[in-house]
Amino acid sequence: MSDNVLSGLAEIVEEVAGVAADDVTAEKSFVDDLDIDSLSMVEIAVQAEDKFGVKIPDDELANLKTVGDAVNYITSNK
Amino acid sequence: MSSGIEVVITGLGATTPLGGDVTSTWDALLAGKSGVGPMTHEWVAKYDLPVKIASELVVDPTEVLPRVEARRLDRSEQVAIVASRQAWSDAGHNDDTVDKQRLAVIIGTGIGGAITLLTQDDLLEQHGLRKVSPLTVPMLMPNGPAAHVGLELKAQAGVHAPVSACASGAEAIAWAYRMIMSGEADVVVAGGAEACITAIPVAGFSQARTMSTRNDEPEKASRPFDTARDGFVLGEGAGVMVLERREFAEARGAKIYGRLAGIGTSADGYHITAPDPEGVGQSRAIAAALRSGGIDPSDVGHVNCHATSTPVGDVAETVAIRKAIGDHPVLTAPKGSLGHLLGAAGAVEAIITVLSIRDGIVPQTLNLENLDPAVTLDVVAGEPRKIKLDAAVNDSFGFGGHNVALAFTPA
Repeated sequence: MSDNVLSGLAEIVEEVAGVAADDVTAEKSFVDDLDIDSLSMVEIAVQAEDKFGVKIPDDELANLKTVGDAVNYITSNK
Repeated sequence: MSSGIEVVITGLGATTPLGGDVTSTWDALLAGKSGVGPMTHEWVAKYDLPVKIASELVVDPTEVLPRVEARRLDRSEQVAIVASRQAWSDAGHNDDTVDKQRLAVIIGTGIGGAITLLTQDDLLEQHGLRKVSPLTVPMLMPNGPAAHVGLELKAQAGVHAPVSACASGAEAIAWAYRMIMSGEADVVVAGGAEACITAIPVAGFSQARTMSTRNDEPEKASRPFDTARDGFVLGEGAGVMVLERREFAEARGAKIYGRLAGIGTSADGYHITAPDPEGVGQSRAIAAALRSGGIDPSDVGHVNCHATSTPVGDVAETVAIRKAIGDHPVLTAPKGSLGHLLGAAGAVEAIITVLSIRDGIVPQTLNLENLDPAVTLDVVAGEPRKIKLDAAVNDSFGFGGHNVALAFTPA
């Protein structure tokens, strides 16, 4: 798993949802652990697309349950 | 009242161009301060707007709210949250003091999330769909301030958002009165919120020729009842009060600021922006407030006027007051200091009226130097006047011909 992607994603989550970047770790669920709602997930996805140069279609976004899921998707699609 | 139910005020909250809370606003008002100053926004010069002054907040809500909370809220919602938290805390309420199904929130706005609408429209135009915030709709909807406060307090008796232009804040308080009197709620958090100091509202009001262009003397621009008045000054802010059924408030040992004895509402049916110069609709609202409160007109010592500093409106209001009450009430117009907070005005000025009764003091109308000879009533000018009040009325009127009068009495 890419540490650069993880730390970059953590910065976005902190900016959008106010979760401390240190708490954004691979095993955490966006909804259940980090209390991030569907509206904030859209914002996070758009910022991640810009930051990492990937496309995250809505049907893929729905599958990204944990921070690790997102890091793996971004790493293998950029 | 025959029902035996009384409505009392137990908590106050505000953020205004005079101060970040109720106490600082009240102190600045009595000290004769003005909230009006030059606008420094880049769009003022960009569009060469004829109006270059406004009455902007002393304490920016983003300085008070956590960063992430603030970024999810339109500015009109931010000020509603700030004022509501103050009022809720001032009332001594917490999560356990009232059954949520007996708690309502009613917060009006005149314009709603105009800043969000314009910001997001710019993003769509410049960057396309992807950059439009998924929070756009909840941030721009005019029920947003009420919805956010209602959600925070988990109010379940009802969450409402009256939209009646510059009468919205007062209409929210009138609506609260009705909910308590009808038995629908024990506690209502009610008021108004407005934050639309941005290009389109300023341009639109300018084109309607309703705003002061006294750009070289901002502090003197808002001058209700003065012969040299030339329009209102756009302001922003929020005012919120906690209203309760008296028995409920007394049972929990709450402090009581005063009583909302009666309310009256009416519509002019005259013109979309101009008030009826004969003041017929306005006087009907005032008379209805006194009637519903069981108040004799001779007992009304004071009227906190809507007077916005426009040539036509200020005089029409005094005609209405004479019709409904008589020649004896002492008048003031706080917009001389505050500017015009549109949908928040009625709520902030209702708070001022409550404090006038509590403290026995009527603030002066700032900048009233030469009383318009068409005004034959006693308007406080120069300095505050001490006067014991048995009853006072707060007027609020809005574009569309909406009229609201609130009649307050001591605790």
